[in-house]
Amino acid sequence: MTTVTPERTQWQRARRRFLHHRLAVAGITVLTVLLICCFGADVVAPYERGVQNLMLGPTPPSAAHWFGTDELGRDYLTELLFAGRISLAIGLSVAVLATAVGTALGAAAGFFGGWVDEIIMRVTDLFIVLPAIVVLAVALQGAGRSPAVIVPVLAAIGWTTVARVVRSQVLSLREKEYIAAATVLGVTRRRIIVRHILPNLTGVIAVSTSLGAASAVIVESTLSFLGYGVQPPESSWGNMLSQASGLIGTEKVYLLYFPGLFILLTALAINFLGDGLRDAFDPNGARS
Amino acid sequence: MFAYVARRLLYSVPVILVASFLLFWAVRVTFDPLSKLRGGRDPGALARAAERLGLGQPIPYQYWRWLTQFVTGDWGVSSRTAGSVQGLILPALGTTLQLIVWGVLAAAVIALAVGAYSAVRQYSAGDLVFTGLSYLGVAMPPFWLGLILIQILAAWPQELLGLTDPPLYFVGLHSPDGGGPLDYARHLVLPVLTLTVGLVASWSRFTRATMLDALTSEYVRTARAKGVPKGRIVVRHALRTSLGPFVSVTAVDAGLLFGGLVVTEQIFAIQGMGRLFLDSLLTGDVFVLVPWTLVIGLVVIVFNLLADIVYAVLDPRVRLG
Repeated sequence: MTTVTPERTQWQRARRRFLHHRLAVAGITVLTVLLICCFGADVVAPYERGVQNLMLGPTPPSAAHWFGTDELGRDYLTELLFAGRISLAIGLSVAVLATAVGTALGAAAGFFGGWVDEIIMRVTDLFIVLPAIVVLAVALQGAGRSPAVIVPVLAAIGWTTVARVVRSQVLSLREKEYIAAATVLGVTRRRIIVRHILPNLTGVIAVSTSLGAASAVIVESTLSFLGYGVQPPESSWGNMLSQASGLIGTEKVYLLYFPGLFILLTALAINFLGDGLRDAFDPNGARS
Repeated sequence: MFAYVARRLLYSVPVILVASFLLFWAVRVTFDPLSKLRGGRDPGALARAAERLGLGQPIPYQYWRWLTQFVTGDWGVSSRTAGSVQGLILPALGTTLQLIVWGVLAAAVIALAVGAYSAVRQYSAGDLVFTGLSYLGVAMPPFWLGLILIQILAAWPQELLGLTDPPLYFVGLHSPDGGGPLDYARHLVLPVLTLTVGLVASWSRFTRATMLDALTSEYVRTARAKGVPKGRIVVRHALRTSLGPFVSVTAVDAGLLFGGLVVTEQIFAIQGMGRLFLDSLLTGDVFVLVPWTLVIGLVVIVFNLLADIVYAVLDPRVRLG
């Protein structure tokens, strides 16, 4: 006889497990600090945005300018914090959008099976044959390169991964005894989906959202390097990085290090967060 | 085996066809195949070219026309170079396959070694270092990694040691005057590293997980009880069983590898498929883009097929058919 545990305790347990995962806590801390610094850059940033000092020009990191200054003598840290707004906003909105679409379609494919499943899965197959970056570049070549275009296009690729994971999870949940029991008891399909299937997908959804955000930040930078990312004068870490990509072997190479470090730090923090969420929601799951 | 291969190929054909049709359609909508002729003095040339290419027809019809020509070996002419599309794609594919083959080999060997080590010495200092590195490898923007590698492994050593040449080259795959195997190797190291760091990171984690499973399994315990030497257990019993799943994971990542090529070839100025794609996209060369996709799709599918076959060879329980 199993006891029915109220949902509240399940969440409390998940939270406890998450807090025990030290790297995940470090990840969420770093991420919070980054979010506050970037979105609060008006207050936090050491200098005013975009103020040029052509007499100063590019200088390596110093006490006055921690991350140095760029070719126009702008404080690099300030520029990076403001650019982070775009990068983080793109990462988060792509993740949310891709997860929403991927969960809906993946759950539909897994739950209904048949031709619904067939069609949705064949569409995800397309993205296995075609490298994502190729699809992205072609789409962005046609549709322009503002964040308003980049986000849906990135999400249009990202949902396929989420859909696959959610589908396989739903397929295994569908065969569980308690679903069979609910069906026998005459619980409606709608209620089964909402009460029995969706809550069990929380872990998968949380993990894929976080991983999606990390990869979106990285992919945006890759697109920028190829010329298909956020375009100047709007700045993102990706396009700051790609603008500095010609500075290898020069004294200004520090301009290349910092945007990359910000992206790396963000992606690391989000991945740790994702690991923590996975352990929190799926304590017996495949943990390597 | 033969029946299996044939069936898998047949199953893949519709996927490739749909993918190439979608791309054909996207490219046709996005680009103007006649842009080169538009500013010209001869308005008749425009009409003649449109007629020749069948641009007045519906897109599915245009696609069908293009496809029938493609399968009979007529791949058309590039609008960028005015040379034959085959003459662009085939050499580029050769170059790219070199990167892929060396990259996959290097990544697989390193990932298996690191994964096996991490599993055998779970939670040791070495395991922790590799775990940390794999997190970094996954979170690194790929082109940034390539540039940093150039800085650390080529620019700095050259400057510090006062060499005329950097120890590792970062332009192309050969020196202009040819050069021997050593020259080739010095060109290969950096692009292959750039291409594979992410793969090594995720594959080594995967190997570690499957090796841990294998090492705690009953057949390994039995082997241990029988007094089989430890090295032999690790290699013959644990690693052997981890190879199958490993091969399928490598196949799934094939698409990722081709995406990475676009970036890698751009950084290192290598004239492969990735570079060809970007050049064609930037100049709106529709005549190259569509066959390009078809060829890449085919290569990815062959890659997956090879992985299936290797899996069946490695795991005698798997019967293809």
